[in-house]
Amino acid sequence: MTRRVLSAAAVLLVALFLLSGTGHAGGVQPDEILSDPALEARAREIGRELRCLVCQNQSIDESNAELARDMRILVRARLQEGDTDREVLDYVVSRYGDFVRLRPPFQTSTYLLWCGPALILMAGTIAVVVFVRNRARTRDDAARPLTDAERARLAALLRDQPR
Amino acid sequence: MTDLPAATAASSRPDGRASPGLRARLPFLIPLVVLAVVAAYFYVGLGRDPHVVPSVLINQPVPELALAPILGRDRGLTTADLKGEVSLLNVFGSWCVACRVEHPLLMAVAGQDLVPIHGVNWREPTPQAGPAWLARLGDPYTLVGADPDSRAAIALGVSGAPETFVIDRAGVIRYKHTGPITADDWERTLWPIIQKLRAE
Repeated sequence: MTRRVLSAAAVLLVALFLLSGTGHAGGVQPDEILSDPALEARAREIGRELRCLVCQNQSIDESNAELARDMRILVRARLQEGDTDREVLDYVVSRYGDFVRLRPPFQTSTYLLWCGPALILMAGTIAVVVFVRNRARTRDDAARPLTDAERARLAALLRDQPR
Repeated sequence: MTDLPAATAASSRPDGRASPGLRARLPFLIPLVVLAVVAAYFYVGLGRDPHVVPSVLINQPVPELALAPILGRDRGLTTADLKGEVSLLNVFGSWCVACRVEHPLLMAVAGQDLVPIHGVNWREPTPQAGPAWLARLGDPYTLVGADPDSRAAIALGVSGAPETFVIDRAGVIRYKHTGPITADDWERTLWPIIQKLRAE
């Protein structure tokens, strides 16, 4: 019985946690929301792509900074004037540079950024393969019986050992 | 082992094989080299202020601005006002502590008539706040425009106040300073740039 209550409580907690999600921490205010749901959905999409310049690890969609609010309003105004999503994004990027995009574009200056994880994974794989192979060879080496010369050396050494 | 002749110990191991040379030890240096590279990156990164975002507007004309005047003035600020002579465009607000820090320097520059300073009065909570701040502390600005909804700030790629742009005769942005201008910034950076642009 208690167990069932506990698991129900856990499910409820998880559900609450998931529901709270983003948007809970400030972000889009009721007075900013456009009456046209399609336009508003596009504005949200764009807002999630743009970095808030004040609190740099949030998108303008989730930030409660004043500059982020003004940027959201600007995005909505531009959409209402008939700009495409691309045009709105391009405008903001033309003002702040690629830094303002939360997903950096794939270009010469960002090759390393995008390929870095794959390169590191590859280097790691190579290192593991080399290591394992070397170890196998050492093990073979160790399993080889001693030659007569080695046996003689070993005997001499043991004889010389101080008691 | 202790009774082995020194020469033998250095050149070979008791098993008769050669001791590992520099070549064999090289792989052990790799982690050290990687660490050094990463450490160098982090060291440089530590000294950088992530809020100073390099402006993409350098060498681009001042964006289209048409700012209304602030209370008590009858002229605002437009892009056309920024052509004809080298000038500074300073983004400020009465709410901004760093602007207050910078303010005496702007007053000194204006007092000596070194270069015209134009202001973008950014995001004041009330229309009175900016003018009251200038009335209390002094007004170094030749022209001031109000930017209550950040339209101009965003067009200028501003992320915080104060920010100061150096604008050449043709109305092109040539330099951007983020944060308050210190006496040192003025002498070492901004004033030399202004003089260089005047000589162009």
